[in-house]
Amino acid sequence: MQVQVKLFAFFREGRFKEEGRELADNTMVGQVVDDLGIDREEVGVLMINSRHCQFETVLQQNDILAIFPVIGGG
Amino acid sequence: MTDLSTSIEAVPDNWGGLGGRGLTSTIVAAEVPPTCHPLGPNNKLIFAPGLLSGTAAANSGRISCGAKSPLTGTIKEANAGGTSAQIMAKMGCKALIIEGQPQGDSWYSLRLTPEGASIEKEEKLIGKGNFAVVEAIGQRLSESVGLMSIGQAGEMQMAAANISVKDPDGHLRSCGRGGLGAVMGSKKIKFISLDAAGGKVEIADMEKFRAANKTFAKALVDHPVSQALGTYGTNVLVNIINEAGGLPTRNFSKGQFDGHEQISGETMHDLIVERGGKPKHNCHKGCVINCSQIYNDSAGNFKTSGFEYESIWAMGADCAVDNLDKIAEMDHILDDIGMDSIETAVTFGVAMEGGMLKFGDSDEMIRILKDEVAQGTPLGRIIGSGAGNVGKIYGVTRVPVVKNQAIPAYDPRAIKGIGITYATSTQGADHTMGYTIATEILSVGGKADPLSKEGQVELSRNLQIATAAIDSTGMCLFIAFAALDNATCLPALIDMINARFGINLTGADVTNLGMNILKTEHNFNLAAGFTNKDDRLPEFFALEPIPPHNAVWDFSGEEIDTFWNF
Repeated sequence: MQVQVKLFAFFREGRFKEEGRELADNTMVGQVVDDLGIDREEVGVLMINSRHCQFETVLQQNDILAIFPVIGGG
Repeated sequence: MTDLSTSIEAVPDNWGGLGGRGLTSTIVAAEVPPTCHPLGPNNKLIFAPGLLSGTAAANSGRISCGAKSPLTGTIKEANAGGTSAQIMAKMGCKALIIEGQPQGDSWYSLRLTPEGASIEKEEKLIGKGNFAVVEAIGQRLSESVGLMSIGQAGEMQMAAANISVKDPDGHLRSCGRGGLGAVMGSKKIKFISLDAAGGKVEIADMEKFRAANKTFAKALVDHPVSQALGTYGTNVLVNIINEAGGLPTRNFSKGQFDGHEQISGETMHDLIVERGGKPKHNCHKGCVINCSQIYNDSAGNFKTSGFEYESIWAMGADCAVDNLDKIAEMDHILDDIGMDSIETAVTFGVAMEGGMLKFGDSDEMIRILKDEVAQGTPLGRIIGSGAGNVGKIYGVTRVPVVKNQAIPAYDPRAIKGIGITYATSTQGADHTMGYTIATEILSVGGKADPLSKEGQVELSRNLQIATAAIDSTGMCLFIAFAALDNATCLPALIDMINARFGINLTGADVTNLGMNILKTEHNFNLAAGFTNKDDRLPEFFALEPIPPHNAVWDFSGEEIDTFWNF
């Protein structure tokens, strides 16, 4: 299945801003994070289609997955 | 100011334990008639450093400014970094209270030194912007004096006028919200200079203080949010709030902005580095987070600093402007004229909705700021009067204000907890009063579903209480990220206060302090004529679903009113 992956802040360094990825059915968010070489400890927020999700959430065809480090502001 | 006299008074016993917002709000509530005109002789303008300002405590350099607000008609406290809080604390000054109003057209300045306060007539700098004031006072007195000033907007008593506070590099920070610059203008004070002449803050137990500060600073430095703030500034939020569908766009008609990447913190960081600016910059000595920055133009010359997410969102997404350099130009002009970048830019968004200018027309925004607002033309004064007024003048119904103050950078339909903060804040719409975004979006200090109403009133209440207490310490609010996640942070902060004054506050005392401040402020507003019916969001939030989530604001008045059950 096809999933669009977006990275933010320093997760982009040496990787990409946005990329389409072909994934096996039932792939979980955490596997995508691991495959990108991102330390799960550094992950602050995960969203699928603009809604927060977990490492264990199973991705669906055409999902947009956004991966953010721990960030803040205001 | 009525008879142009000054005096030094001892601190009343029951004010001794207060600082920052706790002190400004207590003094306003005690001494300002709630129904007075904010620009008349009965309003008072109060400045107070925090309880730990002037010490070596990390991030303790905030100065609070309080009065009755000409924008909202409520009590108001706005705080800023810069050098003034530390200098004021070092000269042993707990608060500066400016009262009365001079007769005639003359303008004045105030000078604060350990010997006392003096009032001097000012002519040369009247009509000038804040940067000219900083430069002239640097030459007239010294580069190292603290300085708080108003630009043309404050002189003209515009409701969006702010008070600028000089930082260690001669750039500007702002007590931004609620039109406090207009109150200073109504007292005919162009600037206040402060010189501590090498004074020092006494510490009751230096050993304990140092140990607590070490723990506290470590908690701040170690928190990943602090590290991200030092790299991308607060503007790191553009992309995540956009992704969450809560970035108010085109005057709050959409929750996502096509041009988000161009105005994002990531883009800003790369531009700063490419142009030889500084991604990291501190607004006061002792800050270990460094969320400010030096943003240069394409020729490598200084353009602006303290380039914040809310300002960039407001001039960017809300006005459909996707050019960071145009936004930086406006940020610089707003600093110079002395106007709140949130109120002014949200006003432009409403004006665009009303047809005064086109969405995305940053050149016309710049022209209006320079040729109309700074010159005080009728159009300039309309823009300077704030979003609520411009909405009325142009017959716009989509006017994002609460208690007449512009709603900042988080849409309350898609991020509901912050809507409770906007509705119930004692000071009109203000995200900093109870920053539920941390929990709803950033997963700091727990998690809450931003599209659900569940637990949001309690979340906002707890954060508003904690914020009122933090705003009294002189601490930057960004210590809250570490405080929410690291169990050593808050106890270390309390230990520092105890070591500074030789007292024994507990965590419960600090919570009670926060509650008392909120109640004091709320009671002032009730006496000024506000009711629970003012604790509401504008109607359009309930009527117009916002894409992409197509959410509406669905809290009932009764649900909102439970906020005050404490």
